[in-house]
Amino acid sequence: MTQFSVPWKQSPPLEYRGPARGIVALARMVYTMATPIVSRFPGPILLGAIIGGTLLVWAHWMLFGFVETIAASDVNGAAHSVWGQTLTTAEIGAYLDAHSIVASGILKYLLWPLQLELLRDLVGLGAIFGLFNLIPVYAIWWERKVAGRIQSRMGPMRVGGWHGWAQSFADGVKLVGKEDLVPEQADAMLFRVAPYLAFVPSLLAFLCLPLGSYWVFRNVDVALIFIIAMVGVEVVGVIVAGWASNNKWSVYGAMREACQMVSYEIPMTTVLLIPIMTAGTLNMVQIGDMQTGGWFSWNAFHNPFTFIAFITYYIASLANCKRAPFDLPESESELVAGFHTEYSGFRWALFFFAEYAAMFVVSALAVTLFLGAWHTPIPATWAFEEDSIVKIFLNGVLFSSPFWFIFKCFIFIYIQLWIRWTLPRIRIDQVLYSCVQVMFPIACVALVGHAVWMVLLDGTVFSDIIRWILGLLTAAVTFGFLSVAAFGYRNGRQMVGYLAVKQLPGA
Amino acid sequence: MTLRLKKILLLMTPLAIAMFIAAAPVHAADTDLSLSDQGIQTSADGGLLEALMFYACAGVILASGLAICLSKNIVRMAVYLFGTLAAVALMYFLLLANFIGVIQLIVYAGGTLILLIFGVMLTSKSPWAKFEVKRSELIAAGVVCALFAGMLLFVVVNAEWPLETDAVVVGSSMTQFGTGLLTNYLVPFEAISVLLLVVMIGAAYMARQE
Amino acid sequence: MFEIGLTHYLVVATLLFVMGIFVMITKRNAIGILIGVEMVLNGANINLVAFNRYNGMGNIDGQIVSLFVIVLAAAEAALAVAICMNFYKNLNTVDVDHGDTLAG
Repeated sequence: MTQFSVPWKQSPPLEYRGPARGIVALARMVYTMATPIVSRFPGPILLGAIIGGTLLVWAHWMLFGFVETIAASDVNGAAHSVWGQTLTTAEIGAYLDAHSIVASGILKYLLWPLQLELLRDLVGLGAIFGLFNLIPVYAIWWERKVAGRIQSRMGPMRVGGWHGWAQSFADGVKLVGKEDLVPEQADAMLFRVAPYLAFVPSLLAFLCLPLGSYWVFRNVDVALIFIIAMVGVEVVGVIVAGWASNNKWSVYGAMREACQMVSYEIPMTTVLLIPIMTAGTLNMVQIGDMQTGGWFSWNAFHNPFTFIAFITYYIASLANCKRAPFDLPESESELVAGFHTEYSGFRWALFFFAEYAAMFVVSALAVTLFLGAWHTPIPATWAFEEDSIVKIFLNGVLFSSPFWFIFKCFIFIYIQLWIRWTLPRIRIDQVLYSCVQVMFPIACVALVGHAVWMVLLDGTVFSDIIRWILGLLTAAVTFGFLSVAAFGYRNGRQMVGYLAVKQLPGA
Repeated sequence: MTLRLKKILLLMTPLAIAMFIAAAPVHAADTDLSLSDQGIQTSADGGLLEALMFYACAGVILASGLAICLSKNIVRMAVYLFGTLAAVALMYFLLLANFIGVIQLIVYAGGTLILLIFGVMLTSKSPWAKFEVKRSELIAAGVVCALFAGMLLFVVVNAEWPLETDAVVVGSSMTQFGTGLLTNYLVPFEAISVLLLVVMIGAAYMARQE
Repeated sequence: MFEIGLTHYLVVATLLFVMGIFVMITKRNAIGILIGVEMVLNGANINLVAFNRYNGMGNIDGQIVSLFVIVLAAAEAALAVAICMNFYKNLNTVDVDHGDTLAG
């Protein structure tokens, strides 16, 4: 490493110790090995990764389903065991032979461990962790692309070839390899612990988050409150980080975050009571399954109050995951970077992962509770009978699948980015004013109004008419937005479209 | 207390949260939809895994509790308290009280703790505000508490608790909670709501700027 | 040892309770005392839920009572922090030993 000669005393760069050293070495090694290959075949690698990932999910899905079928055919019942097993290899072999499946001799030993609950949980945890890491990586890349387009530039274009798709991975390697700085006057222990306090809760929220009727790690009866609690607990990490940094900007950021979070949790939770009242349960899977009947059966269009609740929820959730225009905790123009001013490298990356994962989680709540969860606008009751793999695939594409869930969530993440790069930040007193004097009364009115509606008008013709009007209105707005965007894209080749100033006045 | 031992205790805090990952598979959930329709869990898996989980979260509770006792920095005490609260929530999940566990997380860890940290930030002149206690007082308190603990433990271990023999396991059910709060417990429920209103007004009144 | 029963939970609850009392006795900082109170309440709550689990008679009375305890603890914390801030405003410290200005 080059040492520059400077007139002041320079301390040697800190080296990682313990397991962190191994991680850094591994990341550097992977990067040096992968770079030549990625820069040579960027397109095929991206395509192969997408197809491979999809196939992996499908293979796992079908394999576990197959083992479950075997277990169900057994008189002993389900394969629900933690440390033991209910099926022996002989029984599996007998089943395979009875259905004349080839290579049953080897296959039975391969299939046997798949019935263990512990192994299934490990696979599920691995999948959740992978999803949790992949979502922020692509949300960050997408944010940079969106920001670029909004400012009439391209955003990252180099790394990985096609539109810089590997940019975030390269950033990750850079962040992992950075020096792990702890300020001299900081509370070193809390400073080190704080990023994990922010990171772990947002990871835990994914445990109860259903991506589809059966695509959920744990189907808990209190899943909704658990997720809200996890999004709320994340703030502890931020406050501790701000405090431990011993920097006045950090403390300002932390205090703002705490006050904003605590106040916006109230309207957010209040409006979330409305879909709960409609569904009569806190179970996310059940709430999602209730909205199978297509566009007009989605909770947001149930009545005017649910519609208001949806919009209120979305605004409150922006404040809750500290996105613009409520990004006061890290407002870079006044507080340097707010609570993570003093952070660098891996710990800083943990904060970012937590933030982008929280963005996904709040969008997922909005989608599950208000906008039909994993269903497409086409009623899922029209779905084909799933007797062949083609029909299963078609059902997934047309009616409901985890893909649609993630797609919808990313639409909401897109709106968050869009708001961030077009709206100015508001002042802290305006933030609190809008919570206590605007959002909270609206939430209360919507709650009471919805309760009255449920008692008096639910199921009447009038209610159906209102539902159709609201649904058509939203469809019209969505369609109008898409057509304006398409027009602007076609005519101006600019995302700002029709309003773009081609020539400055006076030029 | 040596620095190394302290560090080990501190590491317990994220561990407490990480334990949720391991705990969730055991009890916090029911993969079978037909059972969770009623929101009732009909069986505790028991066995080795439950024992391991219990000892893990008991260890976190006791370690972070001890750290609170020994710590002199008020902010660190609040963070250790977070470890305790999270591990207690985990213990509620082990006891099949899902709803209480989640409420513990959202109210205690999400609300009360933030309030405490707020209080710390607003009431200390320097971040390292310490209030020294005399050694004699510390020893006296330690002796009294040890005696008290010994007495309570003696009672707890030796008492004959009227256990149900057929081991009916009660899972938490949202329906049960709802009906309970609106029938048998309606009066305390209403009283608590009035109390909350009074507390809200009172706290706002006391904390106001002159 | 590996058969977890009621007594195990009660022992943990007892220890947490006693540690809370120790914190209440030894800390001079008003917020520290509040932390001790929270520990005591948590210890009591574990008892309630554990008894409900092992001797519940099919009810969830213990859980509902512990819900009330949690709510009360939150209310108490809000008030206590407000009192601490007033204390700080008047005496410029949160050392509870200085709170004897009314003593004769």
